[in-house]
Amino acid sequence: MPINNYILLSIALFCIGIVGVLTRRNAIIIFMCIELMLNAVNLLLVAFSKMHAKAALLAGDISGTAGTDGQLFVFFIMVVAAAEVSVGLAIIVMMYRNIHSVDVNFLNRLKH
Amino acid sequence: MNIIQILFWFLSVVAIFSALMVITSKNPVYSVLWLIVTFFSISGHYILLNAQFLAIVNVIVYAGAIMVLFLFVIMLMNLNKETEPQKNRWLKMAGAVAGGCLMLVFVAALKDAGLKDQEAMVNEGDIGLIKNLGKELFTTYVVPFEISSILFLSAMVGAVVIGKKE
Repeated sequence: MPINNYILLSIALFCIGIVGVLTRRNAIIIFMCIELMLNAVNLLLVAFSKMHAKAALLAGDISGTAGTDGQLFVFFIMVVAAAEVSVGLAIIVMMYRNIHSVDVNFLNRLKH
Repeated sequence: MNIIQILFWFLSVVAIFSALMVITSKNPVYSVLWLIVTFFSISGHYILLNAQFLAIVNVIVYAGAIMVLFLFVIMLMNLNKETEPQKNRWLKMAGAVAGGCLMLVFVAALKDAGLKDQEAMVNEGDIGLIKNLGKELFTTYVVPFEISSILFLSAMVGAVVIGKKE
């Protein structure tokens, strides 16, 4: 499978995430769009790791472990994303408790 | 067109369609459900790339744990179509145009990248199997692995402290 297909798919998913962040006002949906962007990057990292593995195989590397790093990075991104979601949702719940809304337009206290 | 290409295009169409439904659904609960569909199709891509460990982790962590957390919070707040805040039409259009411009820039950069003849290894190769990944994770990357456990601990403490009623 040409790597360009995977790059185009990741670009599409990432830009859909960006559009979601820009067009929605619900803080939870914005957060979900950020997760979508993280997943687009993960998919690209896995595709690149497999591309690297194929290139190393064609170049005569017989160990067969080239490209392992990329998949481990994806694993660590998932770890960080899980921690981020738990803290972020706690912040959103706290915000809902204080202003009884998840609308990001009401989060303008730093302005005054 | 062999079975792998058919699966690739099918999964890509499902992923992009459900991602679009995430950002266009009025009801937040539907958005979460569509996002789960997106994550499953991305897991399908991982299986197609023979990254089986990541496919399973993606299903368990994202589709299992994180999305349940989102769904739980949305249901706790009783959000639905009526309470959903809407941006006005011009702002939405501006956001869509900005995202489209970014996509244009990315695609234009890709045309110049010179990756035309590179291929990803599909449905073969064993770097994505748990034997290889586990060996690498517990030798070369053992320090980041331990640090991530501290990250989890601090995230847990932080979530409890932030979510606690004062």
